Amino acid sequence: MKIVFTTSGDNLSAPLDTRFGRAPKFLVYDLDGGTFEVLDNRQNLNAAQGAGVQSAEIVARTGAQALVSGHCGPKAFRVLSAAGVKIFTSEAATVAEALEHYRAGKLTEAGSADVEGHWV
Amino acid sequence: MIVAVASGKGGTGKTTVAVNMARVLGSDVQLLDCDVEEPNAHLFLKGAALKEETACIPIPEVDESLCDGCGECGRFCEYKAIVSFGAKPIVFPDMCHGCGGCMKVCPRKAIREVDRRVGVVETARSGNITLIQGRLDVGEAMAPPLIRAVKARLRNGTPAILDAPPGTSCPVITTVRGADFVVLVTEPTPFGLHDLRLAVDMVRELRIPFGVVVNRVGIGDDRVHAYCRGEDIPVLLEIPDDRRIAEAYSRGNLIVDALPEYQGLFRGLTETTLELRKSREA
Repeated sequence: MKIVFTTSGDNLSAPLDTRFGRAPKFLVYDLDGGTFEVLDNRQNLNAAQGAGVQSAEIVARTGAQALVSGHCGPKAFRVLSAAGVKIFTSEAATVAEALEHYRAGKLTEAGSADVEGHWV
Repeated sequence: MIVAVASGKGGTGKTTVAVNMARVLGSDVQLLDCDVEEPNAHLFLKGAALKEETACIPIPEVDESLCDGCGECGRFCEYKAIVSFGAKPIVFPDMCHGCGGCMKVCPRKAIREVDRRVGVVETARSGNITLIQGRLDVGEAMAPPLIRAVKARLRNGTPAILDAPPGTSCPVITTVRGADFVVLVTEPTPFGLHDLRLAVDMVRELRIPFGVVVNRVGIGDDRVHAYCRGEDIPVLLEIPDDRRIAEAYSRGNLIVDALPEYQGLFRGLTETTLELRKSREA
């Protein structure tokens, strides 16, 4: 099973980015193999509109079943839910810490968007 | 002849110039208030409201029974207003610009268009002026489609003056595109000059002949004039910094009604604009 983390860095010790739609990168972690890859999201960082929707599309296309980020807006939430991606919000400092919390079952699944669009 | 009155900076006097220009024309003229987020030309004009029409943009509605989830609609949409992955597409109406592209690319013809209201178009008559103004609904982002709806009321053969919103982005481009001439209103201050440069870049990009009206001459400095000289931009009119003009404005009166001595200045603006237009055509 794959799980996606928003980040500004390239590895597990990188910070967990609190934004979803305009996160600079997505770290896609494979829980089965313990491997990961990093996807660039720079085009959405600068998108005029629809960053959350397009980011959600990118996450859905990875085949991931879960997303861990700081916050998630309403449009991204709808797209991710439709794609069957579970959304977890976390205040962890790093991707590794968020992953640890996920594995320990400490993260709760978000039932709805927790911020308005364009909240940053 | 369509003249658009624009500016980079807000509050330079676009509406003042547009309504006074329209009034001194004397004959039948259309005045289009394209500043649809805050239309205010009507405040200067006493007259009867003729009609109010709802303005809509077409947004997609998906017939689930026909959709096979191919995703063509989502790939086409530049604005991510429709997305699809293997299931029924999700539509975000407030992000849709109403281009109709998703409907055209859908191989299964599963998308049809439904109307979404963005505002109203109001028509009023005041003397020689037919005022047509757009009024965007509060919270609505799609100004350009409403501006196009206002401009769709342009009548061939009747001169028209278009009051543009400030700035240099989509709503302004939508307003001035197709105009025969653009009047850029500015003030002789560093702020006026800075935004005038942006507006000049915009109209040059659109290749529309233009000139400048300097409002409140007497305040600020002479850098706007120096810039126009250096760039070979015609200064069409200078409106002095006259307290009586501000007083007339503050009561919602036209300059040319309250201070008849200014009628000549505004007539001159219209004549200069027409001459410049002709000389460009020749």
